[in-house]
Amino acid sequence: MAQYTQFQPKAYRPRMSAYWYLDQWHYLRYALRESSSFFVAYFCVLTLVQLAALGAGAGRYAHFEALMRCPLMIIINAVALAFFLLHSITWFNLVPRVAMRQMLGRPTPDMVSSAPNYMVWFGATVILALFFLGVL
Amino acid sequence: MSAGKRSNEPVVWFLFGVGGFFAAYFLPVHVLFYGLLFPSGLVHAPGYQQTLALVRHPLTRLYLFALLTFCFFHAAHRMRLTMSDVLNLRHLNTVLAFLCYGGAIVGTIVTVWLLATV
Amino acid sequence: MSDTIILEVARFNPESDAEPSYESFEVPLRPDWMVLDGLNHIKDQLDGSLAFRWSCRMGICGSCGMMVNGVPTLTCETLLMNYAPGPVRVGPLDHFPVVRDLVVDLDDFLAKLQKVRPWVVRKDDFKPAREFIQSPAQLESFHQFSLCINCTLCYAACPVYGLDPNFIGPAAIALAHRYNLDSRDQGIEDRLDIVSRHEGIWDCTVVGECSTVCPKHVDPSLAIQQYKLTATKEWFKSFLLPRGKH
Repeated sequence: MAQYTQFQPKAYRPRMSAYWYLDQWHYLRYALRESSSFFVAYFCVLTLVQLAALGAGAGRYAHFEALMRCPLMIIINAVALAFFLLHSITWFNLVPRVAMRQMLGRPTPDMVSSAPNYMVWFGATVILALFFLGVL
Repeated sequence: MSAGKRSNEPVVWFLFGVGGFFAAYFLPVHVLFYGLLFPSGLVHAPGYQQTLALVRHPLTRLYLFALLTFCFFHAAHRMRLTMSDVLNLRHLNTVLAFLCYGGAIVGTIVTVWLLATV
Repeated sequence: MSDTIILEVARFNPESDAEPSYESFEVPLRPDWMVLDGLNHIKDQLDGSLAFRWSCRMGICGSCGMMVNGVPTLTCETLLMNYAPGPVRVGPLDHFPVVRDLVVDLDDFLAKLQKVRPWVVRKDDFKPAREFIQSPAQLESFHQFSLCINCTLCYAACPVYGLDPNFIGPAAIALAHRYNLDSRDQGIEDRLDIVSRHEGIWDCTVVGECSTVCPKHVDPSLAIQQYKLTATKEWFKSFLLPRGKH
């Protein structure tokens, strides 16, 4: 315990709650947005497992596909998709705004900076989907 | 001026930022197809040979290398900060940095190895 | 509708209390009254010992910032009516030491503000014979960041500052950025040494609440992210050209 001198004000020093992100919806939304990173890591590892199964032959790949069909994996992947969408939307609303401001040196409407990213996102999604389906 | 005092965080932040764009543009459609539509049978999945041919294409390998590497570093950086701020593990900052960025480097090496041998 | 509202006000007497507690006061609820008017009513009519800071009553002096229902707010420009029927909980700004009741100790912020050199820094012997010409575009590049009134609502909103008291924080970094962008300034290198450290811009994880609560729309979060871009550019420059002038 620190010793106070005579005229040192005895201030009250507040401490942050360990669960501070539950205090406000904005904080919780931030915590959820940041938690998307755990699902990004999960999905990257899953893709590596898929690549390993592909390299190990048709039998192993069938085994991997069977694993992916189990309900638990489908639920985890559905949650991952929700977190990825949260990441995409928050990212496109924030990052291009900073980049545009840096490049142009003046404020731009949020729509102007975000819209191109949503278009690229849509385009990339369609093109990748066509590759996945074997159309391209 | 003593630039040496400045943080080296720009490196990881740069990788985090590039990975953030990769994750935002490409990951939703990946998990939508390979994690949900194909396994659930809602969309007919292409067979083993077709998938293998797709992955073996040089451009696919290049794409997957960039996607996975940048996403690993994106996730590593954000997981480190989430664990220190949200999970209150600030006192373990050095350990967290070692685990997260170390994990991303291991992930990159495994990615290169798998893409070279698939 | 009731013509009074309950204000739950934080009380803390450093001589006798270990921590703040809340005391309820019933104040008139008038359509033109701000939260600050309610506090002044308490001070004038109900309990003269209540301590809080205020001055201009028009949102420019930046001294009446408090937590109103858990959100950092300038009490002089927030209507009591917004919180009807109440009760309204008014507390001191989060993350700062509480001196008494609603008064917080801002020494930490003021020290950090000085550290980032928020003034025009010149490296040359600058003795202008006439006024320095600045184009409207040059003014616009930093104007938004110059509107800060040092009310420290952004510090109270920032969980990173709460978790890491060493964090330089939103307003100080935004002001450092404001001078970096000023065409008259040459101090960007000096400020990078202070601001591009872990406890500077790199501690920020873009919670974004500083920008939400800012009463002057300074958008400190934007300033910090722009600063990160600048610092990253400078880092790569000094990495690629170690002895180069940059």
